Amino acid sequence: MDLARFTRVDEMTWRIEPHGAMRVPGIIYADEKLMRDMDDKVYEQIVNVATLPGIVKASYAMPDAHWGYGFPIGGVAAFDAEQGGIVSAGGVGFDISCGVRTMLTGVKVSDILSVQKDLADSLYRQIPAGVGSTGAITLDAIEMDAMLSGGAQWAINRGWGEARDLDRIEEGGEMVGAIPACVSERARERQRREMGTLGSGNHYLEVQAVTQIFDTDVARTYGLDEDDVVVTIHCGSRGLGHQIGTEYLRDMVIAAKASGIVLPDRELACAPINSDIGQRYLGAMRAAINCALANREILGHFTRRVFAHFFPDESLKLLFDVSHNTCKVERHVIDGKRRQLFVHRKGATRAFGPGHEGLPADLRTAGQPVLIGGSMGTGSYILAGEASAEPKAFSSACHGAGRAMSRHAALKQWSGRKIQDDLATQGIFIRSPSTRGIAEEAPGAYKDVGAVVAAAEHAGLARRVARLRPLICIKG
Amino acid sequence: MNGTLGTAVGETKWEHFPHAADVGIRGFGKTVAEAFEQAALALTAVVTTAEVRPLISVTVEREAPDIELLFVEWLNAIIYEMAVRKMLFSRFAVTVDGTQLRGTLWGEAVDVARHAPACEPKGATYTALKVANEGSGVWTAACIVDV
Repeated sequence: MDLARFTRVDEMTWRIEPHGAMRVPGIIYADEKLMRDMDDKVYEQIVNVATLPGIVKASYAMPDAHWGYGFPIGGVAAFDAEQGGIVSAGGVGFDISCGVRTMLTGVKVSDILSVQKDLADSLYRQIPAGVGSTGAITLDAIEMDAMLSGGAQWAINRGWGEARDLDRIEEGGEMVGAIPACVSERARERQRREMGTLGSGNHYLEVQAVTQIFDTDVARTYGLDEDDVVVTIHCGSRGLGHQIGTEYLRDMVIAAKASGIVLPDRELACAPINSDIGQRYLGAMRAAINCALANREILGHFTRRVFAHFFPDESLKLLFDVSHNTCKVERHVIDGKRRQLFVHRKGATRAFGPGHEGLPADLRTAGQPVLIGGSMGTGSYILAGEASAEPKAFSSACHGAGRAMSRHAALKQWSGRKIQDDLATQGIFIRSPSTRGIAEEAPGAYKDVGAVVAAAEHAGLARRVARLRPLICIKG
Repeated sequence: MNGTLGTAVGETKWEHFPHAADVGIRGFGKTVAEAFEQAALALTAVVTTAEVRPLISVTVEREAPDIELLFVEWLNAIIYEMAVRKMLFSRFAVTVDGTQLRGTLWGEAVDVARHAPACEPKGATYTALKVANEGSGVWTAACIVDV
């Protein structure tokens, strides 16, 4: 990206001055190298988002930002309903409430090594992953409604989870304001047999080793120590969320066209929060958040069953479950005044800092765990939200490494089989139905996650607590 | 990637083009309907390059305010049938009448061992969306698919 188009506010803050139809400035948090490597489309998309009605303060992008749909992936924008603010289906994305959960296993790396291959095979058999996979659970119409309203709480009531998890899930595991009646029959049909499935693409289940602790106090609060083994699951609301995203994006495009609104990009289609379609989307989107929370809870339950077989004396404890594709109603202080805002995070993780009222008591001193997925080979990070993220980006941080290369280019460069073999020699066992899928997700196709999280820390969004290295990766 | 899957040998009528995180699909044809059919083959090739046998047929009907939105509707109808029926499709027949579309898809149930599906399309997007008569009798239909 051409850095001459920005005002450099400080080492990590790059500002796009309002011009043209922009209502607010654009701000990217990143270091100079990440900025130079960033796609020019990110600039264009930040500018486009800044033109939307009711946007508050700025159109933000996180250090891992890349070219998305309407909004950049890694984009954060808040809207005020009282000032004509909008809600955007593209600003949430197709995979509504896609997110990450990390569970502590109580097991050390040395305990895993002797069973690592069997554990990988067992997880691969027990966790439905990839195209054509079907979960063991089929929902009828009544159960579908209960799931869409109840989220992880519903899963736990049905025996697919543990009540102690709820404190460690955003929204206490149950997103209020969901309106199942706003979810179409087609979206329900896509989900009927997909509960407890991982999906494909960049979604995964990993068994990981803690290789480095950056902040001993916070790590202790989180229950993390060097050589501990954790399980991390990255997935979302599956077919239901995809269908809701598809349908409401179309309806918003058609509604915009009918009312004569010219959009700079059709993916920016949006509707006033205070409109019929805006409210229906919010109801459906929140139902999809519940679907994602329930899905990750069920996948966690399946994982617990497998671990119980190998390690009968241990029980998996949820560290945290957080989404990175959402629109949430939150209260933030703007110019000394507390205002209710609709915060869109598209490929950005909510990152509440120490003392935030939204955190459970036992995490309030440390701040919210911010779970950052890397690539199969390079590892992942656990960060803690910083209080300074609130004024800087409505309490948001990055969400992952972000791709450096298209699937297309990755496929030309790597063989999936060779990656699988190479990683196995490094002690990382990959299980996937598709070697092509592995090639498309090659570690080299992603940005350096270390640079992304360092930038997030230096920008004051979230600080590093622990680094994780994969031992087993189940990919759809 | 580009290919001739299901078309006359030697005629390249669809292709993939790069996107940062996802994949673009483009179909070419003498008519808009043929461009739609070819783009559907490109969609299947996002998932698998293995043979997909045209054993079962499914029909879809969609409508949209303009031809570009209709193209996205068509792809999303296929994605829906793939997801709900756990099928892959390898033959397509489309008729377009103004802003109405009727399509038949032929395919078979996903066989994970044989098809080794690489990834699952979540939805067709309005990004890089273009349906146009390029002149000299060639139509193209393209957009990015979120996977």
